[in-house]
Amino acid sequence: MAKFKKHFISFLLYLELIIVCLIVIIPIIWIVTSSFNNSSGLASATLIPEKWTLNNYVKLFQGTNYGLWFKNTLMIAVTNALVSVTVIVITAWVLSRFNFRGKKTGLMTLLLLSMFPSFLSMTAIYVLFLTFGLLNKPIALVIIYSAGAIPYNVWLVKGYLDGVSKSLDEAAYIDGCTRFKAFFRVTLPLSMPIVTYVIVTQFMAPWMDYILPNLLLSKDSNRTLAVGLVALINEAESTQFTTFAAGAVLIALPISVLFIVFQKYLVKGISAGANKE
Amino acid sequence: MNRAKKSLFLSIFIWGSGQFFVCKQRVKGLMFFAIQCLFIGIELATGYWMEYFMGMFNQFEVRLHGGFFTKGVWGLLTLGEVPGAKTGDHSMLLMISGIITMIILGIITMIYIWNIKDAHQSGKYIEDNKEYLSTKKYFKKLYSQKFPYIVISPVVVLILFVSIMPMIFSVLTAFTNYTRGNLPPAHLVDWVGLSNFGKLFKVPIWSKTFFSVLSWTLVWTVCSTLSCFFFGMLQALILNSDHIKFKKVFRTIQILPWVMPNLVCLLVFRNILNGQFGPLNQFLLDAGIISQRIGFLSDPNIAKITVIVVNLWLGFGSSMLMISGVLSNLDPSLYEAARTDGATKFQEFRFITFPMIMRVTMPLLVMSFAHNFNNFGAVFFLTKGGPANPKYQIAGDTDILISWIYKLTLDNSMFSMAAVMSILIFVVVGTIAFFNFRNTSAFKEV
Repeated sequence: MAKFKKHFISFLLYLELIIVCLIVIIPIIWIVTSSFNNSSGLASATLIPEKWTLNNYVKLFQGTNYGLWFKNTLMIAVTNALVSVTVIVITAWVLSRFNFRGKKTGLMTLLLLSMFPSFLSMTAIYVLFLTFGLLNKPIALVIIYSAGAIPYNVWLVKGYLDGVSKSLDEAAYIDGCTRFKAFFRVTLPLSMPIVTYVIVTQFMAPWMDYILPNLLLSKDSNRTLAVGLVALINEAESTQFTTFAAGAVLIALPISVLFIVFQKYLVKGISAGANKE
Repeated sequence: MNRAKKSLFLSIFIWGSGQFFVCKQRVKGLMFFAIQCLFIGIELATGYWMEYFMGMFNQFEVRLHGGFFTKGVWGLLTLGEVPGAKTGDHSMLLMISGIITMIILGIITMIYIWNIKDAHQSGKYIEDNKEYLSTKKYFKKLYSQKFPYIVISPVVVLILFVSIMPMIFSVLTAFTNYTRGNLPPAHLVDWVGLSNFGKLFKVPIWSKTFFSVLSWTLVWTVCSTLSCFFFGMLQALILNSDHIKFKKVFRTIQILPWVMPNLVCLLVFRNILNGQFGPLNQFLLDAGIISQRIGFLSDPNIAKITVIVVNLWLGFGSSMLMISGVLSNLDPSLYEAARTDGATKFQEFRFITFPMIMRVTMPLLVMSFAHNFNNFGAVFFLTKGGPANPKYQIAGDTDILISWIYKLTLDNSMFSMAAVMSILIFVVVGTIAFFNFRNTSAFKEV
């Protein structure tokens, strides 16, 4: 009887897992197969296409500016990752290692700032960009992304650095290292996990951000992938569906691979934000 | 008069003169003086002060003749006096340059205070030590003493202009009548005090929309956060149980929604759930489960459920991962002790596993409340806030506050009311996050 009960529980658990997995995976399979579907409409995008084709991918690169969008986004993403991580890690290091007047106020201000959704101030940002002639320059978005990333990430990295032993820095000072040298040789190598987290998240942010690029980049050739994709589906939702599907698959693939590769760091990074004493 | 006072007195009027003449720090003195010249120079060069003093016109008007700083302050106070596109004032541009002026004035004031303090200290140093401190030595000393400030100052400038300036702008907008029908440059915008806040509570269509959207936002926040959290916990527990093999396969499939870009998933779901052509409706029709297509995104109540369910699909993976992490770190000796005491499986969960999970994930849970409160994407990309509700002021049934604000500003140019809402959101989310943060280790070590 006990054995039967055990088998029954296993059966239920497997059943639950299989149902959940099916619900998770069917939409994903559907979008992938749709991208290879020969007919273009949403109504005919069945789970298993009647005729397979690569035409949608060809159409994506020939009929739209997808290649340019990809290039723009990649450029923004790489620059943003580099700029943000430099600014964030150095700021966090100063806040973690040195005591100075106004530090507490500064940290408090940062905390409050991180609570203000950046797009609520987009009108002012628009005018600012207009004044400085930065509209329609994709790379200029990096200024906003990196400034927007500072508040939360500085807190996060500072929390991590606080946990890295300070005695090592002091040993380096005694050996005659300058402060920057001690940072690059001692502290930085020990904080690679959180640095990786910042780089990866900052690299990924521009791929999915819609509001700011939509506001600041109006020319089709200047768009980022997210804006282009939304435009693609808004313009011809039911007739160009399979082209959209191809576009969606091509974004999802690299991002998903990145997520899986850096999974460990990402989970740790998210939990680190709430490290309770 | 001793050196310190003499130096201080000189520097109050001509920046750096105390350092230059009294303390013999030539380069430093010149640097302060250069900043003063720059400040006055900008004002003179951008305005018509010279012409005025030379008597080329009689009446000095700030609007026409003011320099960068005077005009900036004037613009912020009045928001312009003459409407019109060509020769008139653009109120919002004036407001922004006014804010920028105030920030720059603030920075200049700080340099001035530094100049005065430094003049006094340099003089005192000579009195105390009976020797002159060269500029080079001074900067070396400054670098070693004020190192943190020097490294951080570029970041502060960046934040001042890119984060704080726009924030101040959007807060100030709430106190103006910057809205549709009154847009510059054809019209002038004015300060209206608190009347926008009053409108939100007194004008029926605004207050009705606001409170309906607010209550749905709260329902949405609680449902979406808790559903993801508890379903994620359930999946983590199942995957952790001894009954299950192939854990890795199940786990990998279940984190796919977390791995995929949210925006893409939401757009895909918008198509799957499409009322006319969507494959889900087609499937249900073909299978004979329904006889009529369901308006997943077009029926007010069903759309609300849809938004929460799709968000669950997207979001349970991350809490599953997080809770799996907690479970793998649990101390097995606790369970052994419980088993010797004859605890049932349920009791083990109730008294060991659950409290441990909650203890570790509580701050994350609170943060995800704050996140979902402002989860623009989950609503906007799926339903665009729709179906539109004619009884609301430009809002749909699934609109949460943040997507409503988006519509008010970008599609309808009702900036002032949107700003009022932004302030309210900021207060709510800020308070929650503040109290949450207060308990974290990062905070205590400040």
